Amino acid sequence: MQAYIIRRLLALLPTLFFASLIVFVSMRLIPGDVIDLMLAQNDIVTTQDRARIEAALGLDQPVMSQYFDWVGGVLQGDLGRSLWQNTPVVDQLWATMPITFELGLLALIVALSVAIPIGIYSAIRQDSAGDYVARSFSLVMLAVPSFWLGTLVMVFPSVWWRWSPPLEYVRFFDDPIANLSHMIVPAILLGLSMSAVTMRMTRTMMLEVMRQDYIRTARAKGVSEHLTIVRHALRNGLIPVVTLIGLQAPLLIGGAVILEQIFVVPGMGLLLLEAVFQRDYPVISGIFLIVGVGVLLINLLVDLSYGFLDPKVRHQ
Amino acid sequence: MSVLDINGLTVSFRTETGRVYAVNDTSLHVDPGETLAVVGESGSGKSVTALAILRLLGEAGRIDQGSIHLEGEDLTALSELEMTRIRGNRISMIFQEPMTSLNPVIQVGRQVAEPLVLHQGLTWAQGLERAHDLLAKVAIPDPGARIRENPHQLSGGMRQRAMIAMALACSPRLIIADEPTTALDVTVQAQILALLKDLTVETGAALILITHDLGVVARYADRVTVMYGGRIMETAKATNLYRDPRHPYTRGLMNSIPSLDGPVGAALSTIEGQPPDLAHPPPGCPFAPRCSQRQEQCEKQVPPLRRDGERDIACVRHD
Repeated sequence: MQAYIIRRLLALLPTLFFASLIVFVSMRLIPGDVIDLMLAQNDIVTTQDRARIEAALGLDQPVMSQYFDWVGGVLQGDLGRSLWQNTPVVDQLWATMPITFELGLLALIVALSVAIPIGIYSAIRQDSAGDYVARSFSLVMLAVPSFWLGTLVMVFPSVWWRWSPPLEYVRFFDDPIANLSHMIVPAILLGLSMSAVTMRMTRTMMLEVMRQDYIRTARAKGVSEHLTIVRHALRNGLIPVVTLIGLQAPLLIGGAVILEQIFVVPGMGLLLLEAVFQRDYPVISGIFLIVGVGVLLINLLVDLSYGFLDPKVRHQ
Repeated sequence: MSVLDINGLTVSFRTETGRVYAVNDTSLHVDPGETLAVVGESGSGKSVTALAILRLLGEAGRIDQGSIHLEGEDLTALSELEMTRIRGNRISMIFQEPMTSLNPVIQVGRQVAEPLVLHQGLTWAQGLERAHDLLAKVAIPDPGARIRENPHQLSGGMRQRAMIAMALACSPRLIIADEPTTALDVTVQAQILALLKDLTVETGAALILITHDLGVVARYADRVTVMYGGRIMETAKATNLYRDPRHPYTRGLMNSIPSLDGPVGAALSTIEGQPPDLAHPPPGCPFAPRCSQRQEQCEKQVPPLRRDGERDIACVRHD
């Protein structure tokens, strides 16, 4: 088991290498580089100034040598400094990562606590009115982008009830209630968009499992309908759902970028958006590195969880 | 008193093309310690009869008429909750597919212990202890290790033994085995059936053995019910039925058993035609379209099941 985990962790390295290379190079291909932006803000126009800034930021080097400098830094735990604030990227990530992590975790809790019970209900009451409502709801959530819903949630309550969601970020450990009342609205929106697919998957898998011979065996043993679902069907039905949750992790991060912007959550998503607008290359690369590691680790966790859910996997 | 007494049972299923009557006006009984074989081809209604006894017909199925008495108590009148107290406790069932009938994510011991925990109020620890003894009783080697294993670690024969252990857990009065050996190797089939027979005789339970294998019937059954097209054609003692099959369908079945004594290279005898479409059953005897001895009235009305000495038979020629 340990050897397996180590093997999997080592396999992350080439993936991360190529992913970071693509991000590093493609960011520099976007028209309008960071120097132009800086010059535009400071009314400095001479080519000498330009060359001086370029040299100071290390941007006069060829892209590949910049990349390997960066990789060398990463291997020593140094992600470089922000081109604008001149603060270490590592510090910026430390400040924003927990916030985005909290948002993602809350969204995941919302998604699962909506998707799994409704998915099960929908499967057990197949083709009932409740099932149709649940399925229609999930279709709507699939189709409606969260930035649109986010905007609606910002605008309409303030027009109708003169109320709008709180937009001031408070650290969780300073005031948990104020923190949660700020985070819960974006978390619900993010969670609902994630719950749509999960709910459909839960429903499909439960329908499939409830048709299996071992469910008939459980009923023939005198297991009540409720216990049949909880004890005999759920664990079998959730195995593929767990995979799906792993696959949705990148969507969660993508959604966070947009919702953090709308609800002014000072997380990694907001940082990324600002960095992209300002062409702050080291910050962008740093965030993508963390996101990449995060997504790969989530998928590793998902694979490991099979061992607990499915005994067949454990013995192979 | 009979353990089980079914009277005039009719079962139908709702389908997209209308109601399909899978079992019609069926009556049978089983006595304590007795093995009743129910024989018939696919679609003859034998499995549906079994599921109707446990009231596990699903949402589409319905008992339209008749009664099912278990030791004098009419199961058709019980609530769903009362039925859950009977299933796995006073009646248990063994299914055809040992490979898929056990839950893949639950340890074998817990699956065997579950009826004891549900019906006899045992704790899981006590239940597992009993599961150990039950697995030993069905001759599973090293039961101590097996109770902690998952079904995929057991062979098909071992799984069916585990199913039998599960069925026996609460010492039921009636065991229904629906083609318990069809999915198993021939060498394992005989062991499983012998085990099942011994254990039912030992506990005094009644056994309903559903099969299409007449060889199995000859060796293990006390009495035989032959079903066709959702109706009973003939019920008789196994020895009588073999010596003297009376119903044309029973005879057809007997004739289609290949014999080692027959001439080499002779074609196997078959019954011409197809089983009836249950959505559009013939108005008369379901076997009439294929019967070589049919008369005019066979196609007009269903012959009732009539008693003749120790035998029940549904054929107009047998008045």
